[in-house]
Amino acid sequence: MTKHMILIKNGFVYDPINKIDGEKMDIAIKEGKIVDPKKVKEKEAKVIDARGKVVMPGGVDIHSHVAGPKVNAGRLFRPEDGRRQVRPFGQGLRAETGFSVPNVFATGYRYAQLGYTTVMEAATPPLKTRHTHEEMSDTPILDQGAYLILDNNWVIMEYLKAGEYEKCAAFVAWMLRSMKCFGIKSVNPGGDENWGWGKNISSVRDRVIYFDISPAEIIQGLIRVNEMLGLPHSFHIHCNNLGLPGSYTTTLETFGLSDGMPISPKVGERSQNLHVAHIQFYSYGGEDWKTFESKGDEVAKYLNNHSNITVCLGQVTFDETTTMTADGPFEYLLQSINKLKWINRDVELETSSGIVPYIYRPRSLVNAVQWAAGLEVALLTKNPWQIMMSTDHPNAGPFTRYPRVVKWLVSKKAREETIAKCHETLPNRSSIASIDREYTLYEVAVVTRASAAEALGISGFKGHLGVGADADVAIYDFNPEKQDPSREPEALEKALSRALYTIKRGHIVVENGEVVGDAPKRVFWADICFDEELEKQVLDELHETFAKYYTVSMSNYPISEEYLVGSTPIKITSK
Amino acid sequence: MPERVVSDVVCPFCGCLCDDIEVVVRENRIVEVREACALGTAKFMSLSVGERITKPLLRVDGSVRQVSLEEALKEAAKMLADAERPLLYGWSSTECGAQAVGVALAEVLGGVLDNTSSVCHGPTVLATQDVGCPSCTLGQVKNRADLIIYWGCNPMQAHPRHMSRYTTFPRGFFRERGVKDKKIVVIDVRHTETARLADRFIQVELGKDYELLAAMRAALKEYEIPEKVAGVSRKDILEVVELMKNCQFGALFFGMGLTMSFGKHRNVDNAISLVKDLNAYTKFIIMPMRGHYNVAGANTVFTWETGFPYAVDFSRGYPRYNPGETAANDVLQNEECDAALIVASDPVSHFPAKAVKHLASIPVISIDFHHTPTTEISKVVIPAAVAGVEVEGTAYRMDTVPIRLKKVVEPPEGCLPDREILRMLLEKVCEIKGVETPVVKHA
Ligand code: SF4
Ligand SMILES: [Zn+2]
Repeated sequence: MTKHMILIKNGFVYDPINKIDGEKMDIAIKEGKIVDPKKVKEKEAKVIDARGKVVMPGGVDIHSHVAGPKVNAGRLFRPEDGRRQVRPFGQGLRAETGFSVPNVFATGYRYAQLGYTTVMEAATPPLKTRHTHEEMSDTPILDQGAYLILDNNWVIMEYLKAGEYEKCAAFVAWMLRSMKCFGIKSVNPGGDENWGWGKNISSVRDRVIYFDISPAEIIQGLIRVNEMLGLPHSFHIHCNNLGLPGSYTTTLETFGLSDGMPISPKVGERSQNLHVAHIQFYSYGGEDWKTFESKGDEVAKYLNNHSNITVCLGQVTFDETTTMTADGPFEYLLQSINKLKWINRDVELETSSGIVPYIYRPRSLVNAVQWAAGLEVALLTKNPWQIMMSTDHPNAGPFTRYPRVVKWLVSKKAREETIAKCHETLPNRSSIASIDREYTLYEVAVVTRASAAEALGISGFKGHLGVGADADVAIYDFNPEKQDPSREPEALEKALSRALYTIKRGHIVVENGEVVGDAPKRVFWADICFDEELEKQVLDELHETFAKYYTVSMSNYPISEEYLVGSTPIKITSK
Repeated sequence: MPERVVSDVVCPFCGCLCDDIEVVVRENRIVEVREACALGTAKFMSLSVGERITKPLLRVDGSVRQVSLEEALKEAAKMLADAERPLLYGWSSTECGAQAVGVALAEVLGGVLDNTSSVCHGPTVLATQDVGCPSCTLGQVKNRADLIIYWGCNPMQAHPRHMSRYTTFPRGFFRERGVKDKKIVVIDVRHTETARLADRFIQVELGKDYELLAAMRAALKEYEIPEKVAGVSRKDILEVVELMKNCQFGALFFGMGLTMSFGKHRNVDNAISLVKDLNAYTKFIIMPMRGHYNVAGANTVFTWETGFPYAVDFSRGYPRYNPGETAANDVLQNEECDAALIVASDPVSHFPAKAVKHLASIPVISIDFHHTPTTEISKVVIPAAVAGVEVEGTAYRMDTVPIRLKKVVEPPEGCLPDREILRMLLEKVCEIKGVETPVVKHA
């Protein structure tokens, strides 16, 4: 059915990487790539008439929990969520279940319906990463990759404490290659190790029990290692003190740790060395829950002066959802507050995790402040290239709500309508009501595809529509000549929720909002050549660690490439 | 005669999934197994000498004849496609790839898909869906735990290396002196072999686990408790609760003594709640002792594919989960299912008589490597290669750590991996039904 050439004619193209801002033009596709329209003859191609429609590169999600052990534990313990949104098997598609914790098929299909084609799994514990790959393999349509949790890792903490950065880098290179992962993830550095004893960490200067290292040392050490290796993406962190009143000070301190640190990717063109995930979740002031307030403005102020930091939003959407994070102690705290069921999954020598259902209500002042905080950061940070769309799916809401978040970004009117439903004290705790800025469609394209592609170091072939890029394209039924997003935010939300077309590597996967097929998948991972000699030495030392403290043999630990559908190593020579 | 030693082999028998086994192979035969316990060794050895099925069998009018694989598959596909409510059961003793194809097959058939957890730790799943489950990987226990509790389980018999590899005897990072650094408590209705190794044994009256758990929770919260609960004295209860409260890292392992005794998921619910409560005082985790080596994998794969861990009914086209209505025993005992596919499992030996009676009255297809009472009642029997010995794949340990199973010897001729057999079956079923064959990428 799918011809291998496609011509998308006369759409309004938003392609920020190529600085195209709503220009009416044609986009041509041949053999899975974007080509010069002159090279595609109309007669030989499938022609899509995009007159009066918006054309964007396929969406790129930098942070979403879609595959792996905790996502699946979330599904397993929430059958009530599984029942919320179902679609039967048929038309060549597998059955869908789940709202906040969709099954793998629903995950692929629903992202495609939004016009998204690349989704990075936000966190995977090394010992269980085989599971993450098994799920990604089964997830249709999407190109993916996963961030490896390394910060509470005993081996890393020991190396960093001893100041052995070279060895640490050699170990990280081996880990990323063995786990077939894309980048380095940190989740509550030090706090998760302490959680092994039921404790947490309270500031970046606090010490980890026994290992006697601070989160600050871990963070700076790993930023350094990240840049020594020259990874495509920067160090990616979930900060300490997530979710707590007053946590913005920890956020600012964490920001500060990246100051003056190098930015030296060997692949890609990023200009950042720190990505702070779901910034909303620690942009809070106040002393306690009673005085809880937004400090999104302070966070944005910092970002405005420091272009080396990017953030994704973790925007609250006011849904019943499932929180899940490698931040074990946070989830324990959360269940002690909301009294709902709680899963905890510590992983030996590596990390932890927890899962708790959560219902965000506009009438709850705390939840309303959370909603406002995310939008404050998005609207008060001047440079949209520092901002990326996310709901930290499913933590602050499911990814299927991205179009709604866009609605709030593009329309003050839409925000006012939501504020009216929120707790009446909200205006005293947030500046949200006074913010006039409204995103343009161009800026929407930045935060939903371009900025993520750039921060991931994959903007050579993802997140844009220039010649040579992957033919990942989304077409939306919205006419920017006739419709004003600010005045008709609902129309935009609707258009973004059900793409007219989604094309993934030249394959039409969505037509008129319905999934019509699959496309070849790829899973990206960092294949680093750092220092073979040193790596050998590190592995020798590692044998003892495995023999004594792990419960799997070292030889059974690495994941072979056969676990990946569409394995795509990104070769990096670091030395 | 050249010998080959394969090291770090994964034992495909129990939920411990020990991955340090050495297997000695001579002329494609396993001649020695090192490190494994008696159960594991027996599994490896039995494949060389035991009663393997090597030819597809078809039973017509009481007589059995050998048929080609093609004929067996054709017959099987027809039986399944003709059925209105086929049951697809087993799955816990095969690798995840086969399980994934099984899900697709159930989906196409509109059948009922269930794994063995519905008769072992199904109640644990229900309890987890009720109150959650604070847990961890086994290494966390090895390195940190100073208090181990086994409740309603007898690892010395069912998981022989559990204590030596993961909990009681190994030296851990923070437990350098091994067993000397740990206290072991066993709570059971009988004084088991495991109890003999314990520092403390608490004998609970049969069917009274719930009461004992409730008393412990009450005691933890400093309520008055009666002189004696569930046959256990107040003094004993208070002492054990003190132990729990004051340890640095406690781990409670439980088995079918909790899940299958009176109270079932309510027992587990209460045990998990106790552990939750304990986390206000110290670090405490809880973990089910999963039996079959990949029953955790069956729950895991079913969940990521369908949203639900077992008892999944596709009769409406989308997965529906309602244990009590959609589990294997429900559709058998209610005489709802009209055909069954059994993969690597023997329900005839393990299910209640009423269920077996119905199973014996409907067309059954078995995929297995040896003769069992279930293959005896099957209309079609398809011989399989043995996952973890003759076939690679993934299995999930009881703590849901996924491990790559190894292939150490070639299967007997004509014995294919479960997932290959299922793929062919799926294709044939799709042909009959006139639907596109779903691509199962993961397998
Ligand atoms: S304890 Fe279980 S997995 Fe380990 S060797 Fe024995 S049977 Fe095999
Ligand atoms: Zn996250």
